[in-house]
Amino acid sequence: MLEKRKQELQKIAANVRLGILEEVYNAASGHPGGSLSVADILTYLYFEKMNIDPKDPKKDDRDRFVLSKGHTSPALYSVLAHRGFFPTEDLKTFRKYGSYLQGHPDMKGIPGVDMSTGSLGLGISAACGMALSAKYNKKNYRVYTVIGDGESEEGQVWEAFMFAAHYKLDNLCAVLDFNGLQIDGPITDVIDPTPFDEKFKAFGWNVLEINAHDFDEIENAFRTAENLKGAPTVIIAHSVKGKGVSYMENKCEWHGSAPKKEQYDIAVAELSEYLAKLG
Amino acid sequence: MAEMIATRDAYGKALAEFGEKYDFLVLDADLAAATKTVNFKKAFPDRFFDCGIAEGNMMSVAAGIATTGQTVFASSFAMFAAGRAFEQVRNSIGYPHLNVKIGATHAGITVGEDGATHQCNEDMALMRTIPGMTVICPADAVSARAAVEAAILHKGPVYMRFGRAPMPVIYDSDYRFEIGKGRVLKDGKDLTIVATGITVHMALSASETLEKEGISAAVIDIATIKPIDKDLLLTYAAKTGKILTCEEHSIIGGLGGAVCETVSEQCPCIVKRIGIEDRFGVSGKAMEVAAAFGLSTENITEKAKELARK
Ligand SMILES: Cc1ncc(C[n+]2csc(CCOP(=O)(O)OP(=O)(O)O)c2C)c(N)n1
Ligand SMILES: [Mg+2]
Repeated sequence: MLEKRKQELQKIAANVRLGILEEVYNAASGHPGGSLSVADILTYLYFEKMNIDPKDPKKDDRDRFVLSKGHTSPALYSVLAHRGFFPTEDLKTFRKYGSYLQGHPDMKGIPGVDMSTGSLGLGISAACGMALSAKYNKKNYRVYTVIGDGESEEGQVWEAFMFAAHYKLDNLCAVLDFNGLQIDGPITDVIDPTPFDEKFKAFGWNVLEINAHDFDEIENAFRTAENLKGAPTVIIAHSVKGKGVSYMENKCEWHGSAPKKEQYDIAVAELSEYLAKLG
Repeated sequence: MAEMIATRDAYGKALAEFGEKYDFLVLDADLAAATKTVNFKKAFPDRFFDCGIAEGNMMSVAAGIATTGQTVFASSFAMFAAGRAFEQVRNSIGYPHLNVKIGATHAGITVGEDGATHQCNEDMALMRTIPGMTVICPADAVSARAAVEAAILHKGPVYMRFGRAPMPVIYDSDYRFEIGKGRVLKDGKDLTIVATGITVHMALSASETLEKEGISAAVIDIATIKPIDKDLLLTYAAKTGKILTCEEHSIIGGLGGAVCETVSEQCPCIVKRIGIEDRFGVSGKAMEVAAAFGLSTENITEKAKELARK
């Protein structure tokens, strides 16, 4: 990737992170940790990869995205707003009574949201359905989905993995946001779903591994995935929960709690400083 | 003697028949031979997808397919379609109001020999509470076929309930299914028997016996449990003042529940419910078990007499 473009994406991602914090801070509710860990992946998908049009969010041949780990809606909303699907000012209304920015993604009311999610384990199956329909209807769009590493403890995730491999859904690309944490602690302490790579391979998927915060690696992986035929691809994205806000990084406590005023100010200052450095 | 056909057979045949006319896909969960979606599979192999024994995944897959504008059916036994996959139906299909048609067979006690684990007497109650879900329980093979076409033409999620055991055909081939409309099969003035599914034919024969004994019972077939035909129910609540509901389902939350909710708010009258009385089923021959649980012409006749005397 060109250095200049990489820097632009890093800036966008930093602004997306600021949007996430703005949402969660104003709502005094929501899930910052897993939103920050997936921010770079979503930024890349919506600003580089996917065939989408903010002016025509439902266009027939668009690529689809399903946020299977729906609790990280702040990341999706912030990316969609920054990409022009709706005004960034609306992010302040997240989770508030009367706002269309529901706690979890709502495809009926939010421009750019392709599937309603929030109950873990369901989204990846819906993504399979979209990919199957594309095959049946001979459409060229691709389907992307992000699952959480904790989410992978849901049995339905593995039902979906079986299904996608069986029907050779090579138009489907899943990303595992491997941040190592869920609500009750590290995933390996709660109920260990690892090793991921061997399990995914055994389920018949192509497996790629990347650093979830490195745009070169993200780009290479999505490009590779597109060219792998005959089976779906999963990208194991090694990420840092809370990425970009020092006191949130790798801390379970920031899974589902909102920063107080001083904490919010510190987070904004850190990200602003980072943005300034990028120029 | 009326012809005997199971509504699941009518469902499978209808899928194959309407597959010529309408563009839809069909999913099943390793029960195609039993749900009869195998008819469609044979006719349109490239439009049929087996999901294996993974009902939750199947419902969310169906939802994903529907987001692309493609109509899709998903089939399994009622126990697994409405029970196992309740949350997937609610969150993946119901909340986004997607165009998925759920064909649930082997509903109710007439599953027979398989016993309690497979006799789903709770599905209508479960499905009825999902906002925007249409719930259909046809009385015979003719209405089952017509319901399939009505569901295809309807935009939005539909839950259809079919039975395993052969039942008498009561409607003529010119029958038309209208979602949300009940049907008066016989008029009457002393009481109204409101029935659904396999109890409709029982209610009809009960009304004949009652007639002979001087009791004039109206018989209504409520094939759409939701949205229920309020106007018709209120008219008959006012006209007869007594209602007897009959269903192959728990007396909690199904037709009986829906009728009580409807009349109690606008035209309170006495409602007596026949159905599965808050207990699990048992193994046995379909009609033997049904009768043991109160689903018979005789029991309907008797309960109607008691009610008429009140
Ligand atoms: C079916 C279901 N069970 C429980 C929850 C509550 N819940 C929300 S987030 C979460 C933990 C998710 O962990 P992970 O998938 O690792 O997400 P991330 O770390 O990316 O935030 C849980 C248990 C849910 N949303 N859905
Ligand atoms: Mg995690």
